[in-house]
Amino acid sequence: MTATLPGPVGATSGAGAVPTSPALDSPRSPYVRNKPTRSNYEMYAWLFMRLSGVLLVVLVLGHLLVNLVMGDGINQIDFAFVAGKWASPFWQVWDLAMLWLAMLHGTNGVRTIINDYAERTATRLWLKLGLYTAFTVTVVLGTLVIFTFDPCPVGASADLLPEFCGTTSAATPLG
Amino acid sequence: MALITRAAKEPSAPARTRRRLPSIPVVSGPAGTLYRGREGMWSWVGHRITGVLIFVFLLVHVLDTSLVRVSPEAYDAVIATYKNPVVGLGEAGLVAAVLFHAFNGVRIMLVDFWRQGARYQRQMFWGVVGLSGLLFVPFLVRHLAVVFGSH
Repeated sequence: MTATLPGPVGATSGAGAVPTSPALDSPRSPYVRNKPTRSNYEMYAWLFMRLSGVLLVVLVLGHLLVNLVMGDGINQIDFAFVAGKWASPFWQVWDLAMLWLAMLHGTNGVRTIINDYAERTATRLWLKLGLYTAFTVTVVLGTLVIFTFDPCPVGASADLLPEFCGTTSAATPLG
Repeated sequence: MALITRAAKEPSAPARTRRRLPSIPVVSGPAGTLYRGREGMWSWVGHRITGVLIFVFLLVHVLDTSLVRVSPEAYDAVIATYKNPVVGLGEAGLVAAVLFHAFNGVRIMLVDFWRQGARYQRQMFWGVVGLSGLLFVPFLVRHLAVVFGSH
């Protein structure tokens, strides 16, 4: 039994499949899993990373372009700016998709890293428990904020609100 | 397994397969692998580090943005603490990390799904570095002007 070299298979699996290494085991040598898996979970996780990755390239770079490059750049960010965007269903859907895809993509990435580096079973368990807790809290919080957001909160100072709220501090929310 | 099946079906397959392989220096030990210490490994290291960095930022970013649900004053107060050169430089680093992670992610997909992807993974790595830099440098100039400029 010759040991296969640890390599960056997760990130660049295609190149690792080039059949050049004489260190590979014979195809007939018995291959025993410690724990048989009955699902294609890891294959779907791998596929999801690629599909969500394509979408996130567009969503995140578009997000950076609109928020950090266009207009006054980073200095334009304040409540009125966010309210102006989220008054539109287009940006609500954009940010909701970005939130869910980025959180799933990132959580699966960190899950892979935990599996790679945490050697003790208990350590992996606790780290992943913390990871999934952070995922749940962040996704639920972000989703609620996007859907329950009021761009013209009653009683707020008018100079902090977007222009469409009007000048009275008791402006009624749109829609 | 797949190779054996192909060889049985078309006799010329093994020769063509051999010609397509990248040249690997004959050495004993791990130095001769495709990845260790080369562009393949460093792109993988960079992808992991930038990925974790972006994920940690994302958690904080969702939390601070959630303050819009508390009150305009609360959100603007926290955002005001970000408007200084130290955070401004951090934002530039984050954009650099996002650009590398995005384009290297496209490179990984090409390695996985494009027939010639594994063959050109080194060239594509330098393409990723070049494209990231090409977009990052103009962004950095403009962003620093905004961060350090009067407003």
